[in-house]
Amino acid sequence: MGVVVAGALNPSNVRSRRAWDVAAAVPDPEIPVVTLADLGILRGVECNDDGAVIARVTPTYSGCPATRLIEQMVLEALKRDGFENVRVESVMSPAWTTDWITAEGREKLRAFGIAPPVKSSNSIRALFGETAVNCPLCDSGDTERISEFGSTPCKALYRCRTCLEPFDYFKCL
Amino acid sequence: MSDDLFRYVLRLADDHLVLGQRLGEWCGQAPSLEEDLALANIGLDCLGQARALYTYAGKVEGKGRDEDALAFLRPEREYCNALLVEQANRDFAWAIARQFYFSAFMLPFWRAMAKSGDDDLRAIAAKAEKEVAYHLRHSAEWVIRLGDGTEESRRRMIEALEELFIYTGELFEMDDVALAMVSEGVGVDASDLLDEWRRTVDGVLAEAHLEAPDAAYAQTGGRAGRHTEHLGHLLSELQYMQRAYPGLEW
Ligand SMILES: [Zn+2]
Repeated sequence: MGVVVAGALNPSNVRSRRAWDVAAAVPDPEIPVVTLADLGILRGVECNDDGAVIARVTPTYSGCPATRLIEQMVLEALKRDGFENVRVESVMSPAWTTDWITAEGREKLRAFGIAPPVKSSNSIRALFGETAVNCPLCDSGDTERISEFGSTPCKALYRCRTCLEPFDYFKCL
Repeated sequence: MSDDLFRYVLRLADDHLVLGQRLGEWCGQAPSLEEDLALANIGLDCLGQARALYTYAGKVEGKGRDEDALAFLRPEREYCNALLVEQANRDFAWAIARQFYFSAFMLPFWRAMAKSGDDDLRAIAAKAEKEVAYHLRHSAEWVIRLGDGTEESRRRMIEALEELFIYTGELFEMDDVALAMVSEGVGVDASDLLDEWRRTVDGVLAEAHLEAPDAAYAQTGGRAGRHTEHLGHLLSELQYMQRAYPGLEW
């Protein structure tokens, strides 16, 4: 997705690349250890010939309260870096899935104490499919779900039976 | 075509706004902190789905109404949500039964809608389907926990499941608007979803050692704007700010 970098770098795609890097580095407002690129919610950045910059982001959950804030943060980051005439568009299709979280993003989540999604997003169709989640602190597989819904829409609450610590689990979507 | 599409999308939007508002009423009142978070989160999903649907409905209508105008400035009779979602929060079992019946319907509904010929509805459905899978699992687990729990929780779960059952038939109703949308390749034939819904409900109730309710008739009218006494009270709270201070923003 995003920037076309094939061929010689003309001035316009040097700018596109720069704009992508700036938008990609914006932290998620709810989990600031990961960036928008880590989460896979930055879908593309384009620079038009007339100088306009268009960044496309996609919401995680329909009701995610951070969606508008994220758009605002991308806008401000690009302007701070000297880009003018910036627009942020929200794209609904294709729908975001936790499969788009990068390997680096998953590792950052784990290091922060949030267990990354364990299965592919298709697995939630099973009505009572229990998900085996490893504790992000001690890596024990002996954990239990306390609540399907945690402090933000994307997380569930778990508890580790080995080290007894509660932790957040980033749900598959 | 576009008038039918507007009405079709508006119904779906109304279902989700009204249910989201009902779920929001639990904030600070649920039986445990985890449930407070859960119901608020499910409500947020509903609200997010409603916003996307209202925005699209406004675009289809083409009269310049945005999501806020459609949500805050229509009177009760213009609301066309299903009667099930407007039913009041009598107790926790009631909220769970309402969610369970509705989510067990919406899961196959969104799955079918994700194949719609309409780009916007397809995009909304693809996201909503995955969210509703969690709503269904959450409410189904509670139906089992309460139904197979104490004498008191069982009594309340049975009462809620039985009393709300008469409102479930409306979900499968196919009127002219819905039929037109199916023939355009846009809408979902809800009557096709009844078997799957029944299997989901019966399966969960069997696990809860409860008998599946049956209804001699289905109470309907919501799609045509004929509501139970509960919706007016809900809207008076939901719309208060915009009615008292028109155009207020913050
Ligand atoms: Zn542990």
